[in-house]
Amino acid sequence: MAPFFYYFAVGAVVSSVLTVGLRSPIYCTVALLSALLHVAGLFVLLHAEFVFAIQIIIYAGAVLVLYLFVLMLLNVKSREGIAHRQGWIAAFFSVIILAEILLVLFQSPLAPQSVAAARVSQALGNTEAIGVALFTDYLLPFEVIGILLLGGAVGALILAKPFPKGAAK
Amino acid sequence: MTIPLSHYLVVSTAIFVVGLAGLLIRKNFLIILFSIELMLNAANINFVAFSQNSNTLTGQIIALFVITIAAGEAAVGLAIIILLFRKRQTTNVDELNLLQG
Repeated sequence: MAPFFYYFAVGAVVSSVLTVGLRSPIYCTVALLSALLHVAGLFVLLHAEFVFAIQIIIYAGAVLVLYLFVLMLLNVKSREGIAHRQGWIAAFFSVIILAEILLVLFQSPLAPQSVAAARVSQALGNTEAIGVALFTDYLLPFEVIGILLLGGAVGALILAKPFPKGAAK
Repeated sequence: MTIPLSHYLVVSTAIFVVGLAGLLIRKNFLIILFSIELMLNAANINFVAFSQNSNTLTGQIIALFVITIAAGEAAVGLAIIILLFRKRQTTNVDELNLLQG
């Protein structure tokens, strides 16, 4: 268990750094794909198989292909430099925020706890249990998220549609 | 041996801060969207880890909702990028200063 965890953890963090740090947007996308797959591995270790499947299918399958498609469509040139002038200040404050969160984390009472190995509803299976919970206890949030997704789709369509000639700029 | 909860939280913190730094540092609009995806993934790790720790399914279901919202955000964000690129021929956020006043 432990070697897998450390592999996925280190892989996810390194891929994240590469996503932010690489120069070419295409390489960034591939690094982001690697980060998402390693995070999916962490989900498997947490016995969240359904979230793992959704992560692979939706994120790595759909969202990232969409990003890659737009990237190829736009033909973005990377001659403009990658970082802002004030980037060093941002990096400095990011390190400070990291130190603060870690400090709070290790002072919290949660730190010595270990992740529970056995699940109460393990006999039911992860996917089935999530399905039952999603359509009973969480039915209203589920419907709301469906409406939000519909709004996003309609908004994206309207945004990407070319303006008619007579309309105001 | 089981992995302590705090290990997952440390990984999630690291990914979140890397995403935050990318959001602040990078110029390319697409990379900024990638950084937001990284931060949402860090939140997802936390949700699932706490869900497993408290032996309930709520965290995993919230993680599914977060993934859904990320997909919607990607669609709208990419539509905005296409629109901006059509008008300005760039994805550099430094040159997109129309709202600056």
